[in-house]
Amino acid sequence: MSIIIHKNTKILVQGFTGKIGSFHAEEMIKYGSNVVGGVTPGKGGMTHLNLPVFNTVKEAVDQTGASTSILFVPPAFAADSAMEAADAGIKTCVAITDGIPSHDMVKIKRYMRRYPKDKKMGLVGPNCAGIISPGKSMLGIMPGHIYKEGKIGIVSRSGTLGYEAAQQLKDLEIGVSTSVGIGGDPINGSSFRDIIEKFENDDETIAVLMIGEIGGPQEVEAGQFAKENMSKPVIAYIAGLTAPKGRVMGHAGAIVSAYGESAIEKVELLKECGVTISKNPSVMGDTVKKVLVENNLN
Amino acid sequence: MDIHEYQAKKILSDFGVKIPTGGIVYSPENAENKAREIGGSKWVVKAQVHSGARGKAGGIIICNSPLEVADATDKLLGKKLITNQTGPEGKIINRIYIEEATDIKHELYLGLVFDRSSESIMVVASTEGGMSVEEISKEKPETIIRSKIEVAVGIQQFQAREIAFGLGIESKLISRAANTIIGCYKAFSELDATMVEVNPLVVSHQDEILALDCKMSFDNNAMFRRDEIAELRDKTQENSNEVYASDRGMNYVSLDGNIGNIINGAGLAMASMDMIKLAGGQPANFLDVGGGATPEKIVKAFKLISMDTKVKVILVNIFAGINRCDWVAEGIVQALSKIEIKHPLVIRLAGTNVEKGNEILKKSNINYIEASTLEDAANKAVNALG
Repeated sequence: MSIIIHKNTKILVQGFTGKIGSFHAEEMIKYGSNVVGGVTPGKGGMTHLNLPVFNTVKEAVDQTGASTSILFVPPAFAADSAMEAADAGIKTCVAITDGIPSHDMVKIKRYMRRYPKDKKMGLVGPNCAGIISPGKSMLGIMPGHIYKEGKIGIVSRSGTLGYEAAQQLKDLEIGVSTSVGIGGDPINGSSFRDIIEKFENDDETIAVLMIGEIGGPQEVEAGQFAKENMSKPVIAYIAGLTAPKGRVMGHAGAIVSAYGESAIEKVELLKECGVTISKNPSVMGDTVKKVLVENNLN
Repeated sequence: MDIHEYQAKKILSDFGVKIPTGGIVYSPENAENKAREIGGSKWVVKAQVHSGARGKAGGIIICNSPLEVADATDKLLGKKLITNQTGPEGKIINRIYIEEATDIKHELYLGLVFDRSSESIMVVASTEGGMSVEEISKEKPETIIRSKIEVAVGIQQFQAREIAFGLGIESKLISRAANTIIGCYKAFSELDATMVEVNPLVVSHQDEILALDCKMSFDNNAMFRRDEIAELRDKTQENSNEVYASDRGMNYVSLDGNIGNIINGAGLAMASMDMIKLAGGQPANFLDVGGGATPEKIVKAFKLISMDTKVKVILVNIFAGINRCDWVAEGIVQALSKIEIKHPLVIRLAGTNVEKGNEILKKSNINYIEASTLEDAANKAVNALG
């Protein structure tokens, strides 16, 4: 199995009829994802890309049985759309939108606490590339063809660096079970820890590649989780060795503001947790391969 | 986005935080009049630049007469203040804040930030005001009080009281101190701030609780709904190339090295900088042209890099996803037909349609060095420095 999305996962597109939503919905359909419809308030009843459009997520879920959504709604309305998805019973919502205010993210996360654990939506992103289970389903904006089917789990804050890793693995004929982009914002839906826990529980995944960067506590929290709870090897690369302190490096969350948030400190702390470090971004694939050989996993 | 001290003080005072009487001035004459208007016998002349540690750098001058205020203003205005936070180039002083001097009894620290672990707003306070929060956590960590605020209901009176008592404030001043903390919280939560820092927050000999120095930063992503804050932006406090980039939707940070970068995606940009360093070079900048990397963006990026006089070699590293390499290559060819680049140019394309992209580059008459991998690109860029 893959994690989060599988061959038959029914997908709704929020912000379906917009330019970006349409473009990526089409790419997802071409890849083979089971897109069952979309939501654009006020355009319910229309047909778009041969699929039904609904006014509300609730209506869409009732009529299509969708469990998953992907969000291409502009930043000013994105928090509202994510909460609507949570309330409609969506199980996983991937927010692609870049530029959601941090105060809105805090609000969304607080809102989701009203649901009991088994009914609580998993939010992935925002400001992320989405999720792909190669050969099965794509719920994101990545180039699907660079991912080979296989057994490595990838989790990355950065989109393009995740692509770089997938390409390096493919060049070494190593495939991916699922790749998850958790996004570059300071407050996000799912953390590294949330995702590597899913990989640990996935029969198909044999090792996890975690691609982090400067800023925030999540990489180290994941490292501690791995040390205490994981049987599968974790390989990590942390970007931002040369990033100056106190400056935002593109991603709103990529800023060193406290101890343990610089690349060097994260690398040291992860090593202490038994995580294998890819010493530069050019050898992520090679490092995974080496770990597979050492653990007789290839 | 950062704002000036006097702007932060105005905002906080609107939320009930008490501040010393003061006013902004733009000339020595202006300053002398302002000092007379404020009254008293002692004033503080404060250079308004986006940086902390201004006092140590000579940007804060205590004066005993309106004439001294005028002199001090004259000395600071138009100069560049170099603090340990501005870098060697410093920041220009265009505005001066004149304030009545405060009779300080205690100096405290009060800060509010997002706590990324608990995803709540965190109030941080300490009895050791006047030091930076980094210094306090290194030298007097035991004095730090942290209080997580539940955003759904906001800060409660008791939480503010607990912090105030924790700071050792006398009983008769507790409600004043609590209101100051609540005012800062409200400003933080109602205006999309990402940081509020009052350092020092002082207790005066007249039993007042005053914000003596303040800093506020705001969420750039929230500016679409905060016109009143967006208006406070002072572009003279930012690197001019960074202003050029941010006005055109690019993420750019100026650095000290000489290898200019054009990259798509923040993570890949940081990774490429790391590779340059490992190859023995230094990046001149961080530049993320965005996941899209459209031809128009590429043209703007080349223009931006060509404005940086430090740059001796340019490295382009694009991992094309949905936007294909052939498209990116056309953008590069187009850019180079418009902008003359005198420096060696290293290009690495990867991802969708990479063969087609490289073919377009080869067929064009642009002079460049082709690279295949991230490592290869960094090595070739460093070698091209000669």
